[in-house]
Amino acid sequence: MNRIARKFKEDKKLLSIYYSAGFPNLDDTVPILKKLEASGVDMVEIGLPFSDPLADGPTIQKSSTQALSNGMTTDKLFSQLENIREYIHIPLVLMGYFNPILQFGIEKFCQRCESIGIDGLIIPDLPVDVYHENYKELFDQHGLYNMFLITPQTSENRIRYIDKVSNGFIYMVSSSSVTGAKNTFGNNQTDYFQRVSAMKLSSPTVVGFGISNASTYSAATQHSNGAIIGSAFIKFIEEKGVERINDFIRSIRV
Amino acid sequence: MNYNVDEKGYYGDFGGAFIPEMLYPNVAELRKNYLKISAEPKFKKEFDNLLKVYVGRPTPLYFAKRLSERYNTKIYLKREDLCHTGAHKINNTIGQILLAKRLGKNRIIAETGAGQHGVATATVCALMGVECIVYMGALDIKRQAPNVARMKMLGAEVRPAKSGSKTLKDATNEAIRDWINNPVDTHYIIGSVVGPHPYPDMVARFQSVISEETKWQLKEQEGRDFPDHIIACVGGGSNAAGLYFHYLNDERVNIIAVEAAGKGIDSGKSAATSVLGKEGIIHGSKTLLMQTHDGQITEPYSISAGLDYPGIGPMHAHLYRSKRAEFISIPDQEAMDWGLTLSQMEGIIPAIETAHAFAVLEMRKFSPKEVIVFNCSGRGDKDLDTYIDYFKL
Repeated sequence: MNRIARKFKEDKKLLSIYYSAGFPNLDDTVPILKKLEASGVDMVEIGLPFSDPLADGPTIQKSSTQALSNGMTTDKLFSQLENIREYIHIPLVLMGYFNPILQFGIEKFCQRCESIGIDGLIIPDLPVDVYHENYKELFDQHGLYNMFLITPQTSENRIRYIDKVSNGFIYMVSSSSVTGAKNTFGNNQTDYFQRVSAMKLSSPTVVGFGISNASTYSAATQHSNGAIIGSAFIKFIEEKGVERINDFIRSIRV
Repeated sequence: MNYNVDEKGYYGDFGGAFIPEMLYPNVAELRKNYLKISAEPKFKKEFDNLLKVYVGRPTPLYFAKRLSERYNTKIYLKREDLCHTGAHKINNTIGQILLAKRLGKNRIIAETGAGQHGVATATVCALMGVECIVYMGALDIKRQAPNVARMKMLGAEVRPAKSGSKTLKDATNEAIRDWINNPVDTHYIIGSVVGPHPYPDMVARFQSVISEETKWQLKEQEGRDFPDHIIACVGGGSNAAGLYFHYLNDERVNIIAVEAAGKGIDSGKSAATSVLGKEGIIHGSKTLLMQTHDGQITEPYSISAGLDYPGIGPMHAHLYRSKRAEFISIPDQEAMDWGLTLSQMEGIIPAIETAHAFAVLEMRKFSPKEVIVFNCSGRGDKDLDTYIDYFKL
């Protein structure tokens, strides 16, 4: 069974962390991953940096640009992650824009993911219908889950379609915005979390975008199966350093 | 072969809508409505009337006598440089602002490189009394001060794009992010035939007035409504799309697209996307784009800011791959020389973008009976500083 599916069978709210591979330093990718697993994080999204990340806010853009100037490439990331399954056991998701994956060769990309032990992909600019028509079979062959985003503007019909086509989990974007940390959620967001929860989807839901602290984490997970923190984590390691990752995780899960 | 967009939003292998889910409702709303709304008689009447009384259409199809004599062929210039605001860009912004109003949007965003599309957008927003925010690369803001001032005078807010290379592609990213953050009340007026479907087709249709007029104007002057060659410069490719539109499926007409070679194809400072680009995805569209081996989008270069885009519209990528159009790239120096030649032989100071197209006259031999239409897409006022520096005027 795919590690993502197995993880959601545990009776708990998941905490997942996103970070850009190759940031702050080129070789930080694996040390960060080890610290995250050791501090009890349930799942990790590793970001493949892109020159033009149009769904991302300033924090992730900056880390992505820095990672590229550090020399991060798709090849480099795969070689860093080689043998990772000897010591990392939590589900791993690669998150990246479609163009670098296309240039790498999508079939070769899936093969490398499978051989390393990557469990799933999130490709924000690969629309669900294009995936369904052209790539789902390939992803399935390599045991890769593909997760899609929904937003407060996504219609019920479309959410049901995404629920049917995707596997793993549905990534609920907390508000209509690019990525970035926020301090609180308003009524609109809570209504939306409840609305989606009431749809009784077959996939679990994980909330992302705008989660930065214990209170947003707890609000987000009240009506979902987990939450993803990106920008706030990246800011933390930039300011406090990779060594103190455990402090950050403990401040979220109080 | 059909060169128009298909029902899925593709031109052959190119096009589509590779957008994050956050943009889906906005783009789907446009896709479902753009053809329907722009076909409504009331819309058409308002659009045509504004093009006439505000933009100054029809623009002349001018027979360039001295140029024709020198090259011993028949050369016509479609005078888009005479449009209000100085270029063809306003044909599209008029169309999109009318569409935005019908969709109930009261906030307009746009991206701009040199500032021409920004000015054309700010202009129609002033005309309609709508809030206007223009994203412009921080570097371009420094390089194009007069256009920044024009946009401000017109009441627009100019927001610097400070990410990445701080130029047009980053301004486009910022505009897209703004749209993600404001999904309900905002319409994004893209300035070229780029972006996710339906933008390339929608912009091409609003610009298609160029070839629509060319047909009847040629009929009046030459007795036939088609030329032998149509020639236009291509950055993203909106002026070219407008000139080609009604001739796309008319095989009697040879299509030539002129890209900016910058300091030379192999110099590392070029914008000749058809030569240097590979298939990939930029700003929601599958097309040819300049990128690294690893799929990172690279920064193009041209002396003309309007040709300085790392991709080309998917329609043009298809015209290139299917060999329907011939693509030629022209270096800075030749384009600048043609700016001077056109000024002194025809009394028309062209935009540097436009000047690129005319360099084809030195590269191809045309016969005396052949009819050539150039899109004279913009005037050179905005480029005076560059001309002054270059020619030490």
